[in-house]
Amino acid sequence: MLRYLLLRFWQSIVLLFLVSLIGFMVLNLAPGGPLSQYALTPGMTKEALDRIAEQMGLNRPLPIQYLDWFWNLLQGDWGKSYRDGRPVLEIIGGHLFATLLLMGSSTLVAVLIGTWIGIHSAVRQGSVFDYVTTVGAMVALSIPTFWFGLIAIFVFSLWLGWLPAGNMYTVGDGSAADYAVHLIMPSLVLALVNVATWSRYMRSATLDVMSQDFVRTARAKGLTPRRVLMKHIVGNALVPMITLAGLQLPTLLGGALVTETVFTWPGMGRLFLDSLGYNDYPVVMGLLMFSAVLVLIGNLAADLLVALVDPRIRLE
Amino acid sequence: MTEDNRLTTTRRQALLLMGAAGVTTLVPSLSGLGAAHAQEAPKGQIVLGFSQEPTVFNPHLPHIEVDEGIHYAIFDPLFDVAPDGSFFPLLATEVPTVENGGISADGLNWKITLRDDVKWHDGTPFTAEDVKFTLELLLDPDFRSWRKTGHEHVRNLTVVSPTEITWTMDKPFAPYAAILASTFIVPKHAFEGVADKNEAPFNNAPIGTGAFKWKERVAGDHIELEANADYFGDGPYLERLVVKYIPDLTVLYTQFKTGDIDVVGLQWITPDHYEEARTLADRVVEVVGTATFESLTFNMQRPQFQDLKVRQALYHALDKQAIIDALYYGVPTPTETYMPKESFYFNADLPKHEYDPEKAKALLDEAGWVPGDDGIRVKDGVRLAFTNSTTAGNHLREQAQQFFQQSFKDIGVEMTISNLPPAVMWGDYWMLSQFDSVVVGLNTLTGPDPDTSDFFLSTSSPATGGSGQNTWVYNNPEVDALLKQGGELVAPEERRPVYLKIQEIMRADLPFLPIFQYATIPGWKVGVEGKTPNINNRIDTWNVRSWRWV
Repeated sequence: MLRYLLLRFWQSIVLLFLVSLIGFMVLNLAPGGPLSQYALTPGMTKEALDRIAEQMGLNRPLPIQYLDWFWNLLQGDWGKSYRDGRPVLEIIGGHLFATLLLMGSSTLVAVLIGTWIGIHSAVRQGSVFDYVTTVGAMVALSIPTFWFGLIAIFVFSLWLGWLPAGNMYTVGDGSAADYAVHLIMPSLVLALVNVATWSRYMRSATLDVMSQDFVRTARAKGLTPRRVLMKHIVGNALVPMITLAGLQLPTLLGGALVTETVFTWPGMGRLFLDSLGYNDYPVVMGLLMFSAVLVLIGNLAADLLVALVDPRIRLE
Repeated sequence: MTEDNRLTTTRRQALLLMGAAGVTTLVPSLSGLGAAHAQEAPKGQIVLGFSQEPTVFNPHLPHIEVDEGIHYAIFDPLFDVAPDGSFFPLLATEVPTVENGGISADGLNWKITLRDDVKWHDGTPFTAEDVKFTLELLLDPDFRSWRKTGHEHVRNLTVVSPTEITWTMDKPFAPYAAILASTFIVPKHAFEGVADKNEAPFNNAPIGTGAFKWKERVAGDHIELEANADYFGDGPYLERLVVKYIPDLTVLYTQFKTGDIDVVGLQWITPDHYEEARTLADRVVEVVGTATFESLTFNMQRPQFQDLKVRQALYHALDKQAIIDALYYGVPTPTETYMPKESFYFNADLPKHEYDPEKAKALLDEAGWVPGDDGIRVKDGVRLAFTNSTTAGNHLREQAQQFFQQSFKDIGVEMTISNLPPAVMWGDYWMLSQFDSVVVGLNTLTGPDPDTSDFFLSTSSPATGGSGQNTWVYNNPEVDALLKQGGELVAPEERRPVYLKIQEIMRADLPFLPIFQYATIPGWKVGVEGKTPNINNRIDTWNVRSWRWV
């Protein structure tokens, strides 16, 4: 077990290094740079741009810039934003709460509802319920979130006036109830797609388990259908869900770009998009490393958990 | 600032009226209004929506226009510029002119007298040392100064007393007044003991003299400013100003409709929503001209564009009005020049553009451009064919380009569209004039000053080793001479004929085909007062000190 963990650790280090190298190269080799946004400003001259680039160290050879960045990273310094000059970690930290709140609540809703739908449609395979949820999932997966979000705003904010049209809280209020009211629409819109995904996975996992020999044995023992379902089927069907959850961890913290934009939610997705738009390389690199670490942790955690709950699996 | 003038006049009238005994009915209402500045406590809040996020709060670091939305609320320049182009004093007691002795007749010696009742938001008194520090900071080689233009001519900065500062210029430079009008004064004491001024704590917690104080920034979401109760000038009338970042223009408009935001600022309401926005209940929506003009710009080095008749023919082939109506919902105004129509220096007598493809063909025939086998005109081995570029993904422009392409084809000219992503388009490709022609929106003025030397002076082309942004590589000695002359004259009345003449020459030379002057569509809730447009500023909040609820 320990050997396994050590191996995974070293693999992760090499992987992170490669991610940083490739990320840095792709970002810097793409044409343009952090100063191109100023080119059309009235009174801006090429000299001024060149001078600022020089002062910001953008004219140094790329390998030097990379090594400089990497060396600082090793010492725990993630660099500073080109835009507002704040430390990258502080910026990421500042957006983390919004994303956790939105993604956490929507994932919770999605997992609960999705698992429930998945189990029920598997048990009643071919029923009206199964048919309706299957078509429903396809529709939900096909609807663009952007459009769905705007429709929801139109209906619930403009038309009915029940819910705020966006934002995380009312400036000057910020009570728990205020947050909750603002959370309803974006988390449900986001959950819709996830419910579809989770229900599909859960349905096929349940069907898989249902066809196993031990289920037949359990039934033959004379256990009630309910007991068979809860004790033998659902428990085993949930194991692959752990892996899915592990894979979802990075998206959980990576934020939902479209939903965050429609509902003006100040999360990580928008931070990434904005930083990319302004060629704010230190922040983009920071986010890249952050999500790479999350992917690795998510996968590792899933593997460990699966081994823990399923005694048939041994990690070597 | 009209709002201010109106108020002070009213106050003066009110005092006069009160002095005159026996006037009874008018006095209460007028004095009530007049005393507003002294007594009316700030109340309520306004939520102002921007579609970009302000992130740079030191006004002298490189920034984009949305950042100035915050600068105007927190800082003050020595004097600012009103919508009519005239200056009004803020930190200075009066605007320096030759008449009042603030500027010497040769334009070389400047003297500014400062108010003695101004305090920084942290309570420290504002003095001439702060002005000196600011002007020196802009030239500090270790500081990522946003702009040195104009300031580099300043010599011998001398603090005569806490309320007086003088300097000399190494040459007369008329646009300097306009540059000072957008130079926010920053506090010297906020940088004391700071090793790297680019990373001063001040940059993320600005201290100003302005009508609003920094309160809090929630990154990616909003910035909260609160009333500066000790503000020396008129206002503020709001307890709080919330600048909300809403990254999508459709969502920005939706939140305006739902009432989540009170004022739609930067990037405003899109033209396609204009008709609907006008019909909204309890909302005011206006079309406001900006100093940016859209043009089809030529690289004057290319052999195809050497002949004036070619440029004239292309202009005649353009159906401007159709583009404005069909693509921009009729919101922008057709124009013949780079100068906004709201400007004091706008030349209204320029020849009007005529859409006339027949005339275009006749001009080309006359100039000896003969259609070849493929229908494209040729002269002396030069095909009348060129590429046209703009920002890829700008859908309106891309549609306009297709329209140009078709119009030009009809007169035997081939235009190939070759668009590039913004970072490439406006990098060396634009700066070093590597294009044939470009569709671009530009503001070539120096703030409210009519000076366009950086753009039209023949020595301002980076492509020919010059410094500036004359990407047309336009070269007209007469314009060079006029720009020099205009830059050295101080009185606006004397300068005006010079700039009218420049516009006349450029309309005749056509280094660019002017299409329209951009307009924006701000909106606000009924009850918000003081939201006056100002062609001389880039951002909505230039007079946020006067905004109020009524």
